[in-house]
Amino acid sequence: MPAAGPDRELMQATDASALSQPAVRPLGRARPRWGERAIQGLLFLCAAVSVVTTVCIVVALVEPTISFFGEVPIGDFLFGTEWAPLFSPPSFGVLPLITATLTTTFVALCVCIPAGLGAAIYLSEYAHPRARKVLKPVLEILAGIPTVVYGFFALTFLTPLLQDVWPGFLGDPPQIFNMLAAGLVMGVMILPTVASLSEDALTAVPQALREGAYGMGASKMQVATRIVVPAALSGIVASFVLGISRAVGETMIVLVAAGGTPNLSFIPTEPGQTMTAFIAAAGIGDQPTGSVGYKTLFAVGSTLFVATLLMNVLSIRLVRKYREVYE
Amino acid sequence: MSTVDAPIGRGPQSDRVKGTLFRLALLSSLALGLITLIALLADVVISGAARLNGDLLTNFPSGIPENAGAQSAIFGTIWVIGLTGLMCIPVGVGAAIYLEEYADRERWWNRAIELNIQNLAAVPSIVYGILGLAFLVRGAFGLGQVVLAGAMTLALLVLPIVIIASREAIRAVPPSIREGSMALGATKWQTIRRQVLPGAIPGIATGSILALSRAIGEAAPLVLLGALTFITFNPEGLDSAFTVLPIQIFNWISRPQEEFQTLAAAAIVVLLVILLTMNAAAILLRNRYQRKW
Amino acid sequence: MSYNRLLLVLGAMCALAFGVAACGGEEGETSGENTAEESSAAEGGELSGTIRIDGSSTVAPLSEAAAEMFQAENPGVRVTVGTSGTGGGFEKFCAGETDISDASRAIEDDEVAACEENGIAWEEVQVANDGLAVVINPENDWASCLTVEQLKTIWDRGSEVDNWNQVDPSFPDEEMQLFGAGTDSGTFDYFTDAVNGEEGRSRSDYQATEDDNVTVQGVSGSRGGIGYFGLSYVNENEGKIVAAEVDGGDGCVAPSSETVQSGDYTPLGRPLFVYPSDKALQRPEVKAFVEFYIANQQAITEQALFVPMTDEQVTASEEKVASLAGGGS
Repeated sequence: MPAAGPDRELMQATDASALSQPAVRPLGRARPRWGERAIQGLLFLCAAVSVVTTVCIVVALVEPTISFFGEVPIGDFLFGTEWAPLFSPPSFGVLPLITATLTTTFVALCVCIPAGLGAAIYLSEYAHPRARKVLKPVLEILAGIPTVVYGFFALTFLTPLLQDVWPGFLGDPPQIFNMLAAGLVMGVMILPTVASLSEDALTAVPQALREGAYGMGASKMQVATRIVVPAALSGIVASFVLGISRAVGETMIVLVAAGGTPNLSFIPTEPGQTMTAFIAAAGIGDQPTGSVGYKTLFAVGSTLFVATLLMNVLSIRLVRKYREVYE
Repeated sequence: MSTVDAPIGRGPQSDRVKGTLFRLALLSSLALGLITLIALLADVVISGAARLNGDLLTNFPSGIPENAGAQSAIFGTIWVIGLTGLMCIPVGVGAAIYLEEYADRERWWNRAIELNIQNLAAVPSIVYGILGLAFLVRGAFGLGQVVLAGAMTLALLVLPIVIIASREAIRAVPPSIREGSMALGATKWQTIRRQVLPGAIPGIATGSILALSRAIGEAAPLVLLGALTFITFNPEGLDSAFTVLPIQIFNWISRPQEEFQTLAAAAIVVLLVILLTMNAAAILLRNRYQRKW
Repeated sequence: MSYNRLLLVLGAMCALAFGVAACGGEEGETSGENTAEESSAAEGGELSGTIRIDGSSTVAPLSEAAAEMFQAENPGVRVTVGTSGTGGGFEKFCAGETDISDASRAIEDDEVAACEENGIAWEEVQVANDGLAVVINPENDWASCLTVEQLKTIWDRGSEVDNWNQVDPSFPDEEMQLFGAGTDSGTFDYFTDAVNGEEGRSRSDYQATEDDNVTVQGVSGSRGGIGYFGLSYVNENEGKIVAAEVDGGDGCVAPSSETVQSGDYTPLGRPLFVYPSDKALQRPEVKAFVEFYIANQQAITEQALFVPMTDEQVTASEEKVASLAGGGS
């Protein structure tokens, strides 16, 4: 739109003065800013650290794994139903470890995802800001308690409690080692991760969206569930993914509370040895480091790595589909 | 929190009931975490109360429970976690900035990095211990079983947490802020440094709190690296032997003598105090820079 | 702008803190591969240097007790003990990263080869004895003595015994709950070897745990419980569990310091070893430490809750150390 009135005069005046000064560089190619390039390079290196880490992990895992599969047929490993690598005669079927990992992870997710998201929504939408400032860090203390402590808490407090209050219709009460207590405690440990990250995402949703919804007569619950949560979905899903990863990779809690007896079962009241618990026990155990028994550690580690890779590929696809950008 | 507390007029009865139930459900989620925390803390503090005295801080580990203390473990934890934070936060935030601001999302290698980071978050901590032993203690870096190797291993372990949290924080800054800055003639880095990062500080602070909380509680990978269970001196430099509180705690819990169980509980309390102190800085930053868009 | 300043201040504080901490202590971290110059070699003078020990978490309390007592007499020496497991310990030992390896089992062929490759000579030096106790619930008054055959019936591979009356018809009808060591531990290896005749040969459906305190809890919480672990956990948990007597062929023998030491408690008595390297023994502080370890084994084993050696075992150990230190390299 052409400038009118005083603005036009101003523009003409500027033009005149511009002509009497050295020419301002016209719009066109910017000169290269080397500082910017250097910073970009530095930042790229930071991102590359993660790639280097993965490469090193793969290198550290691959050689003993290949050597392991030279001695144990891969079919036995993947489809065998008994895990007894250090018994005589040994048996190398990894399925019991996988079922235990799946069971404990599932129980943990049943706790941390609804409760974490619920706590996040409450803190972000319902709680007084001063309450939030206190409650959020308090909740984060849960994330800092050593996993050893959680493991013993599950073993010495939660399991006896569950055994006492176990209703008959659910079957046998939990045994002294059981995947249920380990999973529940794991869920509580991961809760702050899900809650805190989701809450950050929810708080970052622009006020305008909420106010628009209220303006149209929505209730608080409708605003929270239909407006704010979908807007913050990217951050919420990121927190879920981090939570799932943590549950799958958790070592100490399951080592202490779920026990060291491999068990091909999805029943949570039974004991079970997860992949991570086995890796930890083998890592600090008494096996000679060159033996087949020790190399099982790497084989199981590789299996876990590949499994989480597949899970993450799927989740990234899902996130891409549903992420929305607001503003 | 919203500026409008209740909609105009009151909604139908069923809506109100649903609303109340929903609110209760949310509150109980929060309560679950808080009640468990209180139960845990009470359990730990009560068990360890007898040994929560100066001896714990001034004595070194000993086979005789009455003489035992955790000074080497306390200092070791402070050294290791301090170094871990110094390493993982800048690198993590840097990586997040790169991935969010500079990387072309369509390029396959940038998507591979994204996938990679998510995957690393699921790798069990003991695998990082193996990694550290092979490449940091021996191998390419050859640092030996020292504080720096332990800190670097832990930094790698928690890096994905920092990156993911920082990415979300940076992503949450509205594009209009960036566009406004660019329109005023700022370069990309100036925009990031002066507009985006300050806006993302709360999320980055959360990420660092969660990351350091994870790191401070890790024992198994450090044991594999060569952290000790019996050491009677504090770390004296980056190339010093060390131990950390979780290792000491696990060691004491496994001892047959009853008094060691009490010591373990007391050490847990000390660990939590250290954690809170370290997180306090991040929490203050977060509260200061919290803003509504 | 204030955020930049804040960052600067934080950064400066951290740098300052580290500077103070770093300058606070003395310099000098010697590793296992250091030459003798770093430690004092003067006769009658102060010993100094660092001794690195790593290995089994079972033997670690012994080495810790020895380290504590030795350091009390020789404040210039630092002894550190790690617990990466017998296998991890040997790996570091054969790489020259540690001076002494704690072991709850004998060194294996792979490890022998690795040590040879790196030119590390070693000796298997006994430092204590240990007994594996079979423990039962205090209310269990029928199984106060078990023969090795009965134990084998319970624990052998493929065993389906889940009730006490299957072990001996005179025992009551009481469900059996089995607890034991994790398969990665030396305790498991030793027990299965002694009872079932072969390392690793065992039924797999028992409650396995890395922490023996948990086995105590399990057995004390269940009337028909049975478990096994080292003697040190028995005395500390009097009242919660009871050690059964074991009949190794010569009558029922209760596990105790005396019976393990004399060899009467069989077959569940075992020696515990450390493996010093010849290179390490060239350093006076290491030699003094190992000699101290053996000479004061009575006090050390007492503190660590293990069983002392007999005089013959002490002499044998001393000779091994002398030969490795003297003519070994």
